[in-house]
Amino acid sequence: MAIMLKEVDAVCIGVGFTGSILARELTKAGLKVVGLERGANRTTREDFALPSVRDDLKYAVRQELFQDTQLETVSLRHTPAETALPIRRLGSFLPGVGVGGAGTHWNGVTWRLLPSDHNLRTHLTNRYGKNAIPAEMTIEDFPVSYDELEPYYDRFEKLLGVSGKAGNLRGQKIDGGNVFEGPRQNEYPNKPLAMSMAGAIMEKAARELGYHPFRAPAANMSAAYTNPEGVTLGACEYCGHCERFGCEANAKSSPQSCILPVLLADDRFELRTHAYVKELVYDRPGKKVKAVRYVDTRSGEEYEQPAGLVVLSAYVFNNNLLMMQAGIGEQYDPVTGRGALGRNYCYQVSGGNVTVFFEDKIINPFMAAGASFGMNIDDFNGDNFDHSGLGFFGGAWISAGTSNGRPIQTRPVPPGTPRWGREWKKATAKWYNHAFNIGASCCNYAHRENYLDLDPTYRDALGRPLVRMTYNFHDNDYKVSEYMGGVLGRIARAMNPSAMSAPTARRGNYNVVPYQSTHNTGGTITGANPKTSVVNRYLQAWEADNLFVMGASVFPQNASYNPTGVVGALAYYAAEAITTRYIRRPGPLVRA
Amino acid sequence: MVEETIPRRDFLKGAMIGTAALAAGNPAPAAAQAPPSAAPAGADAEPLLTLTATEHAFIVAAVDTLIPTDELSPSGSDCGVATFIDRQLAGAYGMGARLYRQGPFPKAKPELGYQLALNPREFFRAGIEEANAWTRKTYGKDFDRLSEQDREAALKTMEDDKAQFQGFSSRMFFDALLQITMEGFFADPIYGGNRDMAGWKMVGYPGLPATYREDIVKYFGKKYDKPPRSIADFS
Repeated sequence: MAIMLKEVDAVCIGVGFTGSILARELTKAGLKVVGLERGANRTTREDFALPSVRDDLKYAVRQELFQDTQLETVSLRHTPAETALPIRRLGSFLPGVGVGGAGTHWNGVTWRLLPSDHNLRTHLTNRYGKNAIPAEMTIEDFPVSYDELEPYYDRFEKLLGVSGKAGNLRGQKIDGGNVFEGPRQNEYPNKPLAMSMAGAIMEKAARELGYHPFRAPAANMSAAYTNPEGVTLGACEYCGHCERFGCEANAKSSPQSCILPVLLADDRFELRTHAYVKELVYDRPGKKVKAVRYVDTRSGEEYEQPAGLVVLSAYVFNNNLLMMQAGIGEQYDPVTGRGALGRNYCYQVSGGNVTVFFEDKIINPFMAAGASFGMNIDDFNGDNFDHSGLGFFGGAWISAGTSNGRPIQTRPVPPGTPRWGREWKKATAKWYNHAFNIGASCCNYAHRENYLDLDPTYRDALGRPLVRMTYNFHDNDYKVSEYMGGVLGRIARAMNPSAMSAPTARRGNYNVVPYQSTHNTGGTITGANPKTSVVNRYLQAWEADNLFVMGASVFPQNASYNPTGVVGALAYYAAEAITTRYIRRPGPLVRA
Repeated sequence: MVEETIPRRDFLKGAMIGTAALAAGNPAPAAAQAPPSAAPAGADAEPLLTLTATEHAFIVAAVDTLIPTDELSPSGSDCGVATFIDRQLAGAYGMGARLYRQGPFPKAKPELGYQLALNPREFFRAGIEEANAWTRKTYGKDFDRLSEQDREAALKTMEDDKAQFQGFSSRMFFDALLQITMEGFFADPIYGGNRDMAGWKMVGYPGLPATYREDIVKYFGKKYDKPPRSIADFS
């Protein structure tokens, strides 16, 4: 029997970026909030200290900061006809665990969506005709437009102290920024990072080709920064240990470096670590989540924590799992198209890649910041180019640069080089400091057959079914990737390298082994229609009005951009609706 | 390592045979008197945590073929890579940390990743057995007894998935062997490999502390000339 606890105003399930933001906003509004974190506490001083924070094997390879698949993983099959098998070792994506979540070990790329990413279905229909979108492409509009979300993007960027340069300031296009971005009310809070050699080469080549190079927005501090919470972040040391690592300098934005210092100092917030949420206690007739049951992983004791308000701020898969188990919404069925829960699971098609080699240029790849430390172009992103006759929709952000030179994983050699032996040694020694990648991060538009549900066979450490992913790349993905391969080749040749690899495009089945991105999205998507979405525009569950769902699980599809900027903006947007409207008059914020 | 040298395992075996042979009045085989030069002094100085003598001989021969001695670096085992692998397989990684191990374990397509019931320690045990069985069938000897040229050819055959293994493909074993070898060559020296930062020196990776706020401007387009340092230098 679970031990019953006294009711609190609100619980946040997961204390990463969105859990911290919601807890902060709710406590500021006077609520008593409990943060339930399945993992341990993590602090910069204890956990991210020099010299051991630079341990490449421990963090990057043995996956110290990531979810432990011994406890919990997901299963995968490529089509609904197959039997899914568990992802036994993390590879393709790396969810976080512990206080700070994946926000401790991300690279820091902080995008806004394009305005046309927000109203994707409407935009494409208006531009290409009402029959242009294939039936199996189940893309939707975000119910919140770019203009509506703009102030919240701004707020999240200011929390993080994002380094960058505006390309569209209140409608005025600015060379050197991203001229394709939606209008911004304000410049980035921090100036761009230092320039890398790879970025300089990319900038020149892109300009020669008539493209519009700019610096990717980076949650790596170009200079020390004090955010509106009064928390000060340090200046980036360009250590080349962002992704997969914590930051000893508090120079990468994370819950620890941006918000936890003020949240943890607030008596209205209580952090419970080792509190592994097992299930939601759902009152179906009342359309409320009455309580949250969790296991204290130190003792095995089970607790039931009643709460007036429940914020589901776990990673994509746990958001889905907890809602599916409780039956909050109808499970999506790819055959009938009925049900919304689990629908429109998407990922990132990150297959495009070219490596360029320069005999006479020194790259110093180990001096780098995480957020694609180089130069980007958005000329082939979203609907920034005409798709008439191309046979696909969407695009990619294209970037050339270096994020690290850690040699267990980063050792570029020209095509045809053996993987070992004397020739490999020669080539590795020769090219290590003379090469970098140009890559394309492609969108992944929803497909009727890509979805999440519960696995019938495999279970996690709490005895719950694993989330089962039915997922593969489809025609649109292969075509976007193929097209971007052509663009990458063009850019690479314009750089006039001593050698280059053939541009790769995504072919074949989705493979869980090589890292691609931790940009899993969907399953509890936001929308205007309760039949095809799980949460409304305020991220409030249609079927439980005191349940608010954070994170990329609410994305109707995945644009090409890294999701964190959008996740943060939506968290602030939802928080405002909760604090200004919901807590005064609890109930549905949108009429179904 | 050169082909006529005697691996450690055979030294031990030879020593015992030699003892028996001497007792029987026969002359001791040369092997009994030769130093175990296949496991060079540096690598051999480290006691083994989990690898058997046969497995260690295989690993030494393999890492010395994957990372041969030349002007760029000492051999893999001289750089401590065999020690690294022994320690990794004896520790949490070898025992299956961060590996979901619930069955069933049906045969799977490679895109679904590792699907065997074996933890890495068990996988390497099985893989080395298979590799030696295959070289015995193909070359008449265990892998570590082959000439350098034959070792290269044998590894290439496994890499190309053309060696017959029971239970899993030779490529799968080769890929795991190559991966852990590269980890041992390039990981921080605290784990026993990358001795004297030989892997880092080979490529010009400066290691720690990696605080480049000023150097990123100063060394733009220029070779970074400071010698590498590792975790131990700051501990």
